[in-house]
Amino acid sequence: MKQRAVLDLSRLPLHGLGAASVTWWGTLSFMLIEGTGFALVIAVYLYLMSLAPSWPLNAPPPDLLPGTLLTIVLLISLVPNILLSRWADRQDLRKVRIGIIVMSVLGIVPLIIRVFEFPALHVKWDTNAYGSIVWTLLGLHTTHILTDLVDTLVLAVLMFTRHGDNPRRFGDVQDNAMYWNFVVGTWLPLYGCIYWLARL
Amino acid sequence: MTDDAVHSETLDTELARDHLQHALAQTWKTEPGFWGALTTVDHKIIGRRYIFTAFLFLALGGVLAMLMRLQLAQPEGRMIGPDRFNQIFTMHGANMMFLFAVPVMEAMGVYLVPLMVGTRNIAFPRLNAFSYWIYLAGGLLLWIAFALDMGPDVGWFAYVPLSGPQYGTGKRADIWAQMITFTELSALAVAVEIVVTVFKQRAPGMSLDRIPLFVWSMLVTSFLVIVAMPAIMVASTSLILDRLVGTHFFNPAEGGDVLLWQHLFWFFGHPEVYIIFLPAVGMVSTLVATFARRPVFGYLALVMAVVATGILAFGLWVHHMFVTGLPRLGESFFTASSMAIALPAGIQIFCWIATLWDGRPVYETPLLFVIGFIVTFVMGGMTGVMVASVPFDTQVHDTYFVVAHFHYVLIGGAVFPLLGAVYYWFPKIVGRMMSERLGRLAFWLIFVGFHLTFFPMHILGLEGMPRRIYTYQPDLPWHGLNLFVSISAGILALGFLVFFIDAITSARSGPPAGDNPWDSPTLEWATASPPPAYNFTHIPVVDSANPLWGQSGVLNVASGLRTNRREIVVTTISTGQPQARESSPRNSIWPLLAAIATSIMLIWSIFSPWAVVWGSIPVAITLIGWFWPAGTPEDDA
Repeated sequence: MKQRAVLDLSRLPLHGLGAASVTWWGTLSFMLIEGTGFALVIAVYLYLMSLAPSWPLNAPPPDLLPGTLLTIVLLISLVPNILLSRWADRQDLRKVRIGIIVMSVLGIVPLIIRVFEFPALHVKWDTNAYGSIVWTLLGLHTTHILTDLVDTLVLAVLMFTRHGDNPRRFGDVQDNAMYWNFVVGTWLPLYGCIYWLARL
Repeated sequence: MTDDAVHSETLDTELARDHLQHALAQTWKTEPGFWGALTTVDHKIIGRRYIFTAFLFLALGGVLAMLMRLQLAQPEGRMIGPDRFNQIFTMHGANMMFLFAVPVMEAMGVYLVPLMVGTRNIAFPRLNAFSYWIYLAGGLLLWIAFALDMGPDVGWFAYVPLSGPQYGTGKRADIWAQMITFTELSALAVAVEIVVTVFKQRAPGMSLDRIPLFVWSMLVTSFLVIVAMPAIMVASTSLILDRLVGTHFFNPAEGGDVLLWQHLFWFFGHPEVYIIFLPAVGMVSTLVATFARRPVFGYLALVMAVVATGILAFGLWVHHMFVTGLPRLGESFFTASSMAIALPAGIQIFCWIATLWDGRPVYETPLLFVIGFIVTFVMGGMTGVMVASVPFDTQVHDTYFVVAHFHYVLIGGAVFPLLGAVYYWFPKIVGRMMSERLGRLAFWLIFVGFHLTFFPMHILGLEGMPRRIYTYQPDLPWHGLNLFVSISAGILALGFLVFFIDAITSARSGPPAGDNPWDSPTLEWATASPPPAYNFTHIPVVDSANPLWGQSGVLNVASGLRTNRREIVVTTISTGQPQARESSPRNSIWPLLAAIATSIMLIWSIFSPWAVVWGSIPVAITLIGWFWPAGTPEDDA
């Protein structure tokens, strides 16, 4: 087939940022998958709750302290996270390096608190269906934090290598920051479920 | 051409056509040999592999079906014992749904969508390679387990408590559940790739109303996968937890619930039917337009019907649970929604008929399969409306009537269009035509064999024959029809045999196809058959929904892409305006290593929960290797 050139693309940037980046859309798609997963697990919680004669089943409600503390830490972490995303947007390597170290630490702190959250449930996963579902909710979200932490740590190392000062890496940092917002966002309904529905 | 020219930052405009093609071939090539096969990220090679593997599983599933028909041909059959029979029907269903139907449709998307939207590779090509290896591992897990007499025996939907820790002893149910994890993981990966490819990698000018209908249907299908498949992953994971670490999700004695399983399963399981059916709908729309020699009638109506089907698909799941004693009001709602989905289906059927009516249809093999589809699917749809009614469903639930119904919609609704699509796109994929003579023979054997096999099953069901029984007594009035069904199944199998022979011989010695043997209107026909590694020498520029029909032998294209790195064009979602020249990842061994690490973790976790802890370390290492920048031109920005 004969070809006729009607469009010149040579002036386009070599990399798309934000909504012009395929990675951004990929991250969004994975957030949709995981968001659906969390919504379904919450639906299972509500379903089991609706069947139970009393809720929580044969257990006291979970202690509020560790979970609430973790929620506060996660909410506070949004501030440096949003700043980091802005610095990445401006491609300010020095500030991004500082910001990503701060975010690595703020990824580890919730995991430490999480260690105290499981015993505060006062029920084991194999005690009854209530125990099974709250351990699953908490376990899934722990995996969520852990996955993002590993991602953040790898990116942090990368930002200190010769690959760091590159618009692609700044885009990765922004996508990672967006994902952390999502990790925090999904926790709020889970927190409401685990700690407050059990007190209704 | 020197290597310097290949590796410098040359734009395509600076090279003569031959030199340009050489440079692009160098940049996009898959190394020949074994290493190249393991590392390739070319969507065409991976798509071809996917299609081939899926058809292999179809043949294996067909063998199981024939074994069941042999056993049921006469009363008091003694060839297969009850335990083996349980494994066989479970394997047949699980294999056909999870290893054939869904993957083959996704595979067609993997191969065709990037070509049809005019880009050089699928989005996230390494994820694509990973998804194939994971799919293969899941298939091997299921079939090796079956060969070891460890095949699942709990039915393809594995209802608890039968599949729970109390009744499903051994590891058979876990094999089923973990096979689900494998196939869902690979399906989710492909869904993300297709969504992003369709959203961001369409050729300049391909606005939403110019997207080919097959691409629309793959897009909607991918969203169904993204929203439905997490349900089955939640279900299968909680089943494994119940079986492995003693959780009580499905144990009524400790506050769990067996119906929870059915809700989770069918919240996935019903959309699953549309995950298989919608790509087929897209194939039909494509084939009808090409062979009626006119643009499809009612493009907008067809797109809206596909989207509406995708949304309604999530409001139907309870119709699989009508006999579980749910509240009457709820059942009525699901009856209404089940019947409502006949509306978009009807709109599509009428649009296709109108296209054929107004066109000048050329009755070649692909169109024969489409017409076979329309006839068969309408019949399957009719029985679908019947079983949507609670009183009727109560009567025929778990009988051969239901077996007949879902084979009509799945084989009639999806496999017929798929076979037509294979005849249609085979020349593009292989570069050679399939035989028209053998194609017609295969069609008539399959069409006639299918109806003779499955229509009598309606009657058997009405006569009360339950599904999944391994034999029946001579005094029951079923043996005549069963013998008839078994013989007819032989005709159907013969048809598939002819199809496979045709595909194999044509791949070796069929007549060369040329770029566009059917005079089709969409972009995949604007390049060579089979397409080169880089798909298009220049990215096409689109100004209509049928770009090859409007331009009288001249293709509008874009220029200005670099040739020393794998470069694609990113465009806006709605209007397809170019936004950036983006790089596309190179070949890599890491997706295979990540798939091996993931497979070890998943299979190990059937036996020990600690697998998740220790097994995730190699997974993390391989993923880091995967994403670590290699300092290639693809990392430029």
